[in-house]
Amino acid sequence: MRDVAVVGVGITKFGEIWEKSLRDIYVEAALAAIDDAGVDHLDSMTVGCMTGGLFIGQEHLGSLLADYLGQKNLAASRVESACASGGLAFRNAFIEVASGMSDIVMAGGVEKMTDIGGDGATYALAAAADQEYEVFNGATFPGLYALMAVAHMEKYGTTRDMLSAVAVKNHHNGSMNPYAQYPFKVTKEGVESSVMVASPLRILDCSPITDGAAAVILTTVDIAKKLGKPIIKIIGSGHATDMIALHSRDDITTLKATTVAAEKAFKMANKTIKDVDFAEVHDCFTIAEIIVTESMGLFAPGKGGEAALKGETSLEGSFPINTSGGLKSKGHPVGATGAAQIVEVVKQLRGEAENGRQLKTNPKVGMAQNMGGSGGSTLVHILEVD
Amino acid sequence: MFPSRIWREAKHRYRLEAGKCKKCGKIVFPYRLICPECGHREFEKIILPDTGKLMTYSVIRVAPSQFTDEAPYAIGIAELSNGVKLLAQIADCDVDKIKVGMEIRIEFRRVQTDSHHGVLSYGYKFVPKWY
Amino acid sequence: MVGIVGYGAHIPRHRIKVEEIAKVWGADAPSYKKGLMLREKSVPTPDCDTITLSVEATKNALKRAGNLDPVEIGAIYIGSESHPYAVKPSGTVVAEAIGAVPDIHCADYEFACKAGSEAMFVALGLVKSGYIKYGLAIGGDTSQGAPGDALEYSASAGAAAFIMGSENVIAEALYTHSFMTDTPDFWRREYQFYPQHGGRFTGEPAYFKHTMGAANAIMEKSGMKPQDFAYVVFHQPNGKFPQRIGKMLGFTKEQIEPGWLSPTLGNTYSGASPIGLTATLDISKPGDTILMVSYGSGAGSDAFIWKVTERINDVRDRAVRTRKLLDENITYLDYGTYAKFRHKIRKND
Repeated sequence: MRDVAVVGVGITKFGEIWEKSLRDIYVEAALAAIDDAGVDHLDSMTVGCMTGGLFIGQEHLGSLLADYLGQKNLAASRVESACASGGLAFRNAFIEVASGMSDIVMAGGVEKMTDIGGDGATYALAAAADQEYEVFNGATFPGLYALMAVAHMEKYGTTRDMLSAVAVKNHHNGSMNPYAQYPFKVTKEGVESSVMVASPLRILDCSPITDGAAAVILTTVDIAKKLGKPIIKIIGSGHATDMIALHSRDDITTLKATTVAAEKAFKMANKTIKDVDFAEVHDCFTIAEIIVTESMGLFAPGKGGEAALKGETSLEGSFPINTSGGLKSKGHPVGATGAAQIVEVVKQLRGEAENGRQLKTNPKVGMAQNMGGSGGSTLVHILEVD
Repeated sequence: MFPSRIWREAKHRYRLEAGKCKKCGKIVFPYRLICPECGHREFEKIILPDTGKLMTYSVIRVAPSQFTDEAPYAIGIAELSNGVKLLAQIADCDVDKIKVGMEIRIEFRRVQTDSHHGVLSYGYKFVPKWY
Repeated sequence: MVGIVGYGAHIPRHRIKVEEIAKVWGADAPSYKKGLMLREKSVPTPDCDTITLSVEATKNALKRAGNLDPVEIGAIYIGSESHPYAVKPSGTVVAEAIGAVPDIHCADYEFACKAGSEAMFVALGLVKSGYIKYGLAIGGDTSQGAPGDALEYSASAGAAAFIMGSENVIAEALYTHSFMTDTPDFWRREYQFYPQHGGRFTGEPAYFKHTMGAANAIMEKSGMKPQDFAYVVFHQPNGKFPQRIGKMLGFTKEQIEPGWLSPTLGNTYSGASPIGLTATLDISKPGDTILMVSYGSGAGSDAFIWKVTERINDVRDRAVRTRKLLDENITYLDYGTYAKFRHKIRKND
């Protein structure tokens, strides 16, 4: 296996981008990544997109986007793992370069969620859950995470305050991110008085509906050196799935796929969580961030909420989480999120994160945890700057 | 919803038919081809019990279009008396009075009504056990 | 011996009071309550319909029937005037739900409020003739009353299920008689949402004539007189009619009482006298004879004479008693929620 580095990143502004189509958004991010990398060709491209089909009736995205990116006859494909599609695209690209199959690969992600109306988006997103045994019976995504939240609160005494702390922190970080959908701060009172969606989760506990795209270029460390880029190596990659329906799992207060994927990534990297300086995690809902931090071994089971409340995951804390603003403030264009997380990790490792959100601790190792559905799939990547 | 999708699940949704692995005893609902626990491929048909305890629940206030008339409604995961867990709506109950640990019974209900002309979807819901 | 081998009822949890309906339409609640001898009625939630009520009633009937394997049920008949589909039987869904498929005969019945007793008559006949081992007969409805109409105060929801057989009989069917003429007292044309009725024409020439006709004929056939019966169950479109016909025929209030549920249940249409019968069986003793006379507009009455056996003592509490379902754990609704539940509010398609 060869050493693989990320040499270019590109991202669009996230939000309700009425004037741009899915093709426009992806190409914008892809060109930005190509320009950043300074590469003159691509060997292949993998795009993560949860469901172009349900949102805009468009499949065959590998071909469509290679075409619109001006890449003639490129080996291009689209991968899907619900909200972890972007992370999966990144892993596939990593494997392709590491194996020696290709030298320069683009991994990207895109989702266009606003061409269909709220009901349609809810329907499309529900496809990530168990359609016949969860969605059929009235479960929604906030509902499934709410079930986890209630179970976590019952078992560990996690409180409303702890959930709010996550939302406030992420918005604080996102307010400094020029690409964020909601670049503004929120208050605890504001979160706790926002509309109830699925008890106990309120609208400000939930990530939004977003259009957006992100792309990164992976290549060998040798080529990266020739390009004169900072060497950001992918030192660990882990991938795991879990039983798709919440009710099938033994314990819904933990995310097994995250634990297993993280273990695999750490093993490959020959590191532990203690060696990691910060992470982008999948905060599709505030409770998700809390449970993920426990499941990935950062905090003990049941202690994730307390840690968030104490500020341990803030920019100045012992382990900053979601310096980008997370899905909550940055936005969650489903297929793009996994790629967007890598963009942030790379920026932090390069020292290029905008405004005040660049970590001042000179981070060396960053982690990205990207999750699909209610934790049915997870991709974990660990990157290290030379 | 297209009739074949509803019809295929009738044995699970109408009469709670499940499979018990002949090797390790794990119960799968709905039916599967291979046991997720031990990999064995033969199952014995069993019917799930109709009582259990609520392990977690949430009151859905922003509902998907098939359920907007029912909002707010509660969904929950209950552990049935044989250990199997199921997700279902919680009916016949003031949403503010639901508690984790509450005893429930399973009742046959109409789960979805497809506009004025579609096929009706029947299945199971939880109700508080009061007798 | 052929008769009822298992019985059970199901009534939804919600109710609405006469006053609540009266205030919306500007009617005088006390006089309606007095005139109809009705205080409140049951209301189904949108997830309840004739099929779901029938499944739950049947589960109770199966509990009382003991070790009956549903695949031995040779026929399933559901009588209702609110079958969920205009074309596609209710019976097929119920048969699937209880695991009685596929070797089973099925038909949905309609005859206004006597569709349930028709199902009972036919199931009984098939068992008696030896065609089938067990027959499942259900009467249930979630009927609609037109807003502001007198029938809105009483149109309610409920179902009763009877398994007919010749082994382990709980109540033997001694005699049956059906009495029918073409009398258009109450009807609903296709594509109409609410039924129509002939006001006072629904009384003497309809309900009373046919109930009387069937009751007198069966008493003559059997040589029995009112005082020979322990109990009597009439069709109960409101609280008043069954009391009046009872008096006219020579029955006492005590005989009518156990099966007289309409004052707080309302009129469950095809479920009315069948549910009344389940409540009566719940409190009956071995040896009791029960007269049941249904009535369905259009018009006709099915009469049955049942004789309770020793087995009632073993089985009556194997499932929840009907009176408990009627009286306990109920929630009252306001008119707005009731109208929403009953699909009376016009929405975008």
